[in-house]
Amino acid sequence: MATDTVTLKIKRGESGGASRWEEFRVPRKPMMNVISCLMEIQKHPVTADGRGTTPVNWESSCLEEVCGACTMVINGRVRQACSALVKDLSPKGEPITLEPMTKFPRERDLVVNRQRMFDALRTTRAWIEIDGSHQLGAGPKVSQDDQEVMYPLSRCMTCGCCVEACPNYNDRSDFMGPQVISLTRLYNMHPSGRMQAGARLDALMGAGGISDCGKAQNCVQVCPKGIPLTESISVMGRETIKRALFGWLLKG
Amino acid sequence: MAAKSSILTQSNQVRRAIVVGGGLGGLMTVIKLCEAGIPVDLLSLVPVKRSHSVCAQGGINASVNVKGEGDSPYTHFYETVKGGDFLANQPPCKGMADAAPGIVFMLDRMGVPFNRTPEGNLDFRRFGGTLFHRTAFAGATTGQQLLYALDEQVRRYETLDVEDDRGVTVPGEKMVRKFEFWDLAGLVLDDEGVCRGVVAQDLKNGEMRAFRGDAVCLATGGPGLVFGRSTNSVINTGSAAAIAYKQGAIYANGEFIQVHPTAIPAADKLRLISESVRGEGGRVWVPKDRKDRRHGKDIPEAERYYFLEDRYPKYRNLVPRDIASSEIFRTVIHEGYSAEGEQAAYLDVTHLCKTASGKSAVRKKLEGVLEIYEKFAGEDPYENPMKIFPAVHYSMGGLWVDFEKGADGSLKPGSARNQATSIPGLYATGESDYQFHGANRLGANSLLSCIYGGMVTGPAMAAWREAQPRSAFDLPSTLFDTEHKRRVDEYAALGSRSGADYSVNPYQLHEKLGEMMLQKVTVERHDAELDGVLASLQDMKAQWRKAAALDPTAKGTINQPTVFLRHLDGMLALAEVIARGAREREECRGAHYKPALDPELHPDDPKAVGRDDARWLKTTLATYDGEGPTLRYEAVDVSLEPLAKRDYGKVSAAKKPTGEADAQGPANT
Repeated sequence: MATDTVTLKIKRGESGGASRWEEFRVPRKPMMNVISCLMEIQKHPVTADGRGTTPVNWESSCLEEVCGACTMVINGRVRQACSALVKDLSPKGEPITLEPMTKFPRERDLVVNRQRMFDALRTTRAWIEIDGSHQLGAGPKVSQDDQEVMYPLSRCMTCGCCVEACPNYNDRSDFMGPQVISLTRLYNMHPSGRMQAGARLDALMGAGGISDCGKAQNCVQVCPKGIPLTESISVMGRETIKRALFGWLLKG
Repeated sequence: MAAKSSILTQSNQVRRAIVVGGGLGGLMTVIKLCEAGIPVDLLSLVPVKRSHSVCAQGGINASVNVKGEGDSPYTHFYETVKGGDFLANQPPCKGMADAAPGIVFMLDRMGVPFNRTPEGNLDFRRFGGTLFHRTAFAGATTGQQLLYALDEQVRRYETLDVEDDRGVTVPGEKMVRKFEFWDLAGLVLDDEGVCRGVVAQDLKNGEMRAFRGDAVCLATGGPGLVFGRSTNSVINTGSAAAIAYKQGAIYANGEFIQVHPTAIPAADKLRLISESVRGEGGRVWVPKDRKDRRHGKDIPEAERYYFLEDRYPKYRNLVPRDIASSEIFRTVIHEGYSAEGEQAAYLDVTHLCKTASGKSAVRKKLEGVLEIYEKFAGEDPYENPMKIFPAVHYSMGGLWVDFEKGADGSLKPGSARNQATSIPGLYATGESDYQFHGANRLGANSLLSCIYGGMVTGPAMAAWREAQPRSAFDLPSTLFDTEHKRRVDEYAALGSRSGADYSVNPYQLHEKLGEMMLQKVTVERHDAELDGVLASLQDMKAQWRKAAALDPTAKGTINQPTVFLRHLDGMLALAEVIARGAREREECRGAHYKPALDPELHPDDPKAVGRDDARWLKTTLATYDGEGPTLRYEAVDVSLEPLAKRDYGKVSAAKKPTGEADAQGPANT
């Protein structure tokens, strides 16, 4: 039987400092998610044992699971806090634990620095080269079948769930993560993006590239958008092998 | 700047322009500036990829006429100004509609995975306020896909070197420098009132820094958080626009707030269910029996009241948003209909999902939208009618911006006047400006206006920069130091608010503000209530001065509660602009609806004028006088198309559903 409150255990701390756990109890409401619990704490920053404290810092923006901002580790699993519903996490009033992602440096409380993921998008040239934004007529035709492959790949929010779950992604490795491999597949599929496919493959064959993937397949299980990351890795694995074997012929 | 280098100062500093805000409007402005060879500093509250543009679901309008329906950009233009109840200046709207097909083609070239026809062309769907298939879309996350495409192009400019006037690479300098997690704190204005840069704060460590800029653009989004819960992202406080307003920029048409007809009610935010659901055949209804408490799917067809279809047989479920919102609001709140006894109506796609092929077609086009319902309401929308209610969605109002009309009556491209705010050197674009939507925005016109605004703003800033005799980078540093110190002191004062004098929790104050604005300044507006709101706002401003910094000892690190005090100050300022504008405007136009002035409700009252073009075909201009807004009005440019009655073929307000069991007139709620 659900109680009328929600108990949250939140791992807090400063950049580079030690962590501490704080426990909170907030009133339970229908359709409540983790974000609304955190908002409740902002309005009443008092711990479960009645001590005054500071509001918890966390990142959020859209609250619809399309921006990727509010990613954190909830009850041990990495996911977005906005789509984490209290009724599912705590059907009988069990405490809910919130922790920052572990693969990125902590900034404060639940906020981490995910810049490394955006840097990887620069390294892999994750864009389509266009001649300019001026009028050059209609774009290339794309079949419905190709669009149906490309659209799901393009929903990657750079949220970090996949790399949080990946055993090969950490501060001792350069691995750029499954998300950039999957995005490279997307740009290399595009009719004009394909023209720079080689440069992107070269980046994937460089430091931190596809060879650092240990095929643990955790990524695909935690992706909130259901992106076929392991399929992308195997497609790009083949492409990079082809380029490694025959690329010297093409380079001329 | 003619004699000196236009790119480098004598001390080899790169002369940059500044764009604040990394949503669609800001990113498009950056791209256009880079194409003009102007390096940019891009400041954003969040990593640009997490901007609010991601939330736009349905699509982007462009009259490409792919279905051979006879659609044209001129029709799009006309429906835009008609949808806006003729309050938008017509030349910029004409420019936007004309540019739209080219914009969609550009986005396609950038790699946006738009849905396709069997021939491989772009597919288009129907949206509200039109009878044409005019909306290009990428699944159900078009805004996200468009934002990513522009984000990628800007990322490319982050890797491209700055070149000086002779084409020589400047070592270590890239065309775009991104400053993410930075918040606008102030504008740097010189003695002539020209904007020469900004002061912004690094939210990761609290550091305040002055940026010089040879033109500055605010693309900082709308003020949805003024209404507490809305369909907006939590970053949409309007803080940057409020800072500009407090430093002298005119804020226009603040009272025009679009309420989207179909959102899922919840505690933290009201999640939108896109208009595309109705575009693809979704129907809005309530049980005919007001006391019916059955689950939606158990109510037989004959006992459902499809009130939009009954009242608007031509546009049916695709009337413009303001009309759909007020019809749902009236049906539920005043006429007492409900969904399972809750204050809600049904939005229903289950009739399209009766067959496997139908269901898969719906899934293909609407999966991303319906998934939101499934995820956040915890019910399967393919099997159950969705419970929805209107929610604050978009601000047609925003920073006033200029335009220059060309000989053809459309917007003149390249003019430095386009998108220029009333502060010289300061530009605005995207939802933070007021330009393209008049009194009500058509669905799928916001992505378009953001991108078109950016396409116009970039060249306008380039023209402004070119025409300036002195660059911001050649001005004495005291100008920047002064504003910098002012903002450092201001923040320090906010951060030290602790002790008995500061008893107010700013988040609780925000909740109070939001609830009041939501109840009294949205779908229906009553003068007496607005007077009450204006009085309460004075009280809330006084409470803001007692609002505490909830984390006063945290310095040199993230301190969200202290930064929130700044944003709350801005929200209170804009709330007053919105409420005052609504109080003063004595007519019904678009999203601004006063039941007391509705001739349909009061046929015998001469004061119930409805839309009053003779007195109110005017843009509201709000200027900050040190306490609150002073209002004046300016004429709207309606030089291209004559005004018409904004008619979507409503049959009769009094029409009752056939077969209703207990028709008893309007309920007294």
